[in-house]
Amino acid sequence: MHTNRRNFLKLSATAAVATAFGGLGLGCTPKAEAVDRAAAMDPKWSKQTTSICCYCAVGCGLVVNTSLKTKRAVNVEGDPDHPINEGALCAKGASIWQLAENDRRPDSVLYRAPYANKFKKVSLAWALEKIAHNVKKARDENFTHLNSRGQAVNRCDTIASLGSAALDNEECWAYSTMLRSLGLVYVEHQARI
Amino acid sequence: MTNHWIDLKNSDCILIMGSNAAENHPISFKWVTKAQEKGATVIHVDPRFTRTSAKADMYAPIRSGADIAVLGGMIKYILDNDLIFKEYVLEYTNASFIVGDKYAFDNGIFSGYNRETRSYDLSQWAFAMDENGNPKKDPTLQDPRCVYQMLRKHYERYTLDNVEAISGMTRADIVKFYETYAATGKKDKAGTIMYAMGWTQHTVGVQNIRAMAIIQLLLGNIGIPGGGVNALRGEANVQGSTDHGLLYHILPGYLATPLAAHQSLAEYNKAFTPVSNDPMSANWWQNFPKYSASLLKSMWMDDDPAVSFNYLPKLDTAAASVYSWLNLFDKMDKGQFKGLFAWGMNPACSGANTHKTRQALTRLDWLVNVNIFPNETGSFWEGPGMDPSKIKTEVFFLPCSVSIEKEGSVSNSGRWMQWRYQGPDAPHGFKPDGDLMYELMHEIQALYKKEGGVYPEPILRFNLEGWATNGIFDPHKTAKLINGHFTRDVEIGGTVYKKGTQVPSFAMLQADGSTCSGNWLYCNSYTEQGNMAARRSLAQTPEQEKLGLFPNYTWCWPVNRRILYNRASVDPTGKPWNPELPLIQWDAITKKWVGDVPDGGWAPGERHPFIMTRFGFGQLYGPGRADGPLPEYYEPLECPVNSHPFSTTLHNPTAISYADEDKAVCDPRYPFVGTTYRVTEHWQTGLMTRNQEWLVEMEPQMFVEMSEELAALRGITNGEKVIVESVRGSVWAKAMVTKRFKPFDVQGTVIHQVGLPWHYGWTWPKDGGDSANILTPSVGDPNTGIPETKAFMVNVRKA
Repeated sequence: MHTNRRNFLKLSATAAVATAFGGLGLGCTPKAEAVDRAAAMDPKWSKQTTSICCYCAVGCGLVVNTSLKTKRAVNVEGDPDHPINEGALCAKGASIWQLAENDRRPDSVLYRAPYANKFKKVSLAWALEKIAHNVKKARDENFTHLNSRGQAVNRCDTIASLGSAALDNEECWAYSTMLRSLGLVYVEHQARI
Repeated sequence: MTNHWIDLKNSDCILIMGSNAAENHPISFKWVTKAQEKGATVIHVDPRFTRTSAKADMYAPIRSGADIAVLGGMIKYILDNDLIFKEYVLEYTNASFIVGDKYAFDNGIFSGYNRETRSYDLSQWAFAMDENGNPKKDPTLQDPRCVYQMLRKHYERYTLDNVEAISGMTRADIVKFYETYAATGKKDKAGTIMYAMGWTQHTVGVQNIRAMAIIQLLLGNIGIPGGGVNALRGEANVQGSTDHGLLYHILPGYLATPLAAHQSLAEYNKAFTPVSNDPMSANWWQNFPKYSASLLKSMWMDDDPAVSFNYLPKLDTAAASVYSWLNLFDKMDKGQFKGLFAWGMNPACSGANTHKTRQALTRLDWLVNVNIFPNETGSFWEGPGMDPSKIKTEVFFLPCSVSIEKEGSVSNSGRWMQWRYQGPDAPHGFKPDGDLMYELMHEIQALYKKEGGVYPEPILRFNLEGWATNGIFDPHKTAKLINGHFTRDVEIGGTVYKKGTQVPSFAMLQADGSTCSGNWLYCNSYTEQGNMAARRSLAQTPEQEKLGLFPNYTWCWPVNRRILYNRASVDPTGKPWNPELPLIQWDAITKKWVGDVPDGGWAPGERHPFIMTRFGFGQLYGPGRADGPLPEYYEPLECPVNSHPFSTTLHNPTAISYADEDKAVCDPRYPFVGTTYRVTEHWQTGLMTRNQEWLVEMEPQMFVEMSEELAALRGITNGEKVIVESVRGSVWAKAMVTKRFKPFDVQGTVIHQVGLPWHYGWTWPKDGGDSANILTPSVGDPNTGIPETKAFMVNVRKA
């Protein structure tokens, strides 16, 4: 389905109404025919992608518009085709655009040296190399091959990890297995608390 | 959730207890409201009148921490008035099982208690077994040692008088609540529970849920549309992060972390592979060795699982009192850790007993903090009361992409795995967390390769390239690895699966290394048919549409089953208990189930429905928990009373606590019950939402909500700045004086309660206040280690 600008504006208006009343949890009603509007909307000035809200675990659908020129988000709203939220969002979900387009995001990796009173900007490569050395040192100098009963446990008791329910599944799995390969057992996150 | 969000609309009675869903899971109320429009009754039980209460048909106030008194009373009410769903209870629960001779209960303590270790010998609670190794049963439910009679006996103390005296609920509310909810114990009625942290963040958190699970089983409400036990999970992917084992006690797929006692894969498998001699019991965990081998293969592709098992670190004990959050920070405070990753977390505000948590961070050599915004954890060294010149900790702050700037999946509370696409590019070349993990692990591997090191095999042989394409983290490739593939040609039931093809479902996983699967529960999510989580079809059969099942929209674990334990929604001949809302039905002609994906394809009556339990029955009596096989009433570790009506055992005798940390019990310095909660406009520690102008404008700063009576008592006026203090510390807050809190009558004494949001932190916004967790104690549930942040004692005074 090809959508001209006029139809696009009409559809946007529907979604905007849904967003406006989203906080009430009422939103718009499901359409009789299921059409993938997100895929159909293909205006010249932006691309549309679908996402899922990053806050609570209801899992509301989002439609994200990204400027083709700046590659930055121009709008985020509820996905009217998502069967759970049917276009509605709460105050937090409706503000996600401001989470991404936000001057309070730092512009660099930051490093605080021991006893320093401020952060300084460093490159990611520099930080990762230094972190890798720290991990290796903490692990190698204190690795527990055998526990007090003499049983092989092959673990690193001197590094802990906290996080994270904010990661994607693929990242959670990667992180979980990576930490175990390093021998970590103190692995915890939000689900515990 | 055993069920899912849309399914709430199928309920006849929705109990919301331990949750403020209308404000904290706002869109859930779309479906709660749909149920109400069709005639359902909504009940809200909560210490505070909230927007959930405003929408409910019935609201009953309860003092924080008194839930088991009220729920135990409901169990008694259901049994005394014979309101159980008899056929369901008899056929599908362990009501008829005979409890072994060693089980006993006296004055708040179960048999097998060790006062020194403050723990139980769980073997004392086992069932009596027959000559075939199956539990003895009495289908007449008359044997005094059968579970049904044990329940009657255990809860005979939970009288209306006792419940009323301790909970602060009025007798009229209690009776109306019991009558209304117990009416769902009918074939054609469904009752559901929506709970959240209001039930879990207690030293009896697990037993709160157990008590409700018992009620749901007695009323035949599990496995059916509009029923279930539904945890409203609070973070976009806390379901997925748990599924993938980011906790000390589990590996991906809820496989237990190996213990030191398991010196080989065979020993490990034996320990966690239950045996049932009942041919009617599916005993699904009998497949454990297939899942463990497939996980090991996904992590170390080039090794035999029996070899790579040695690469996994082993715990000394599975006890939450040793490795879980509270103890992690206790050990950090004592200097055990050199380094900490705080990756997508802000423990300096989210952990109980914040001062202790923040102090512990000063003992680290280094801290890696990955997040979107600067926060109280990464900047702890310049926080209140800290002197940077005395703090050695090296801190790395790595900014990352936000969710709309990257691709991957998240699993919602209803277990729907939903794919997200990348929209914008991240600013300043920031990368997704997955890219940072890959690059860091790549760096570590390179270092070990170059320099060698201690026990390098698990690192050097780790399947890191299984996540990446051309040296860049690839969410699709990782999702495919989590699903798993055949590592060589395998023939199963006459079909040959070629090496490299995706495994269609976990039924095909193997224990010999011929399959890999990073998480058996997600096997079926990314198959040769493609990425199931990205599906967007709304197509449904008329029966599915009536339920709102949406089986073709995204994907749900396990194997796209939308409602767990759905074999319990039909009678033993395969007919739905409620023919108006069939979830699954047996088609006698095709010999197949239609509707939802059934809990196993066996014909009706061939298997007991609770397939994940060893014996196949719903567990009214649950002998596996650390603090007892039946929920028992105990006060929170900080409480306003020195006795309760159920026993002289005041607190959970197995709760996690630290002897050198004081607790306020009937302490006149801290006379008010405190609790924490969330507001709609902020999220968690507020790290993400406090940095957004729109949301801060709506909820700008810390407040403490209190009744008009308490405000009058302390001479406090609405809007003035006050101090809230506990044994551990104090915070300032704006007084919010409302009619939403009312004093409770507890054992003839007036007890006041106050509540604070836990969204604020000193970094931002300016004058926003600090974390409510400065007040909360480091005490926890013995099963899970979750801190008791929903009931503690405070004082409130004018600033």
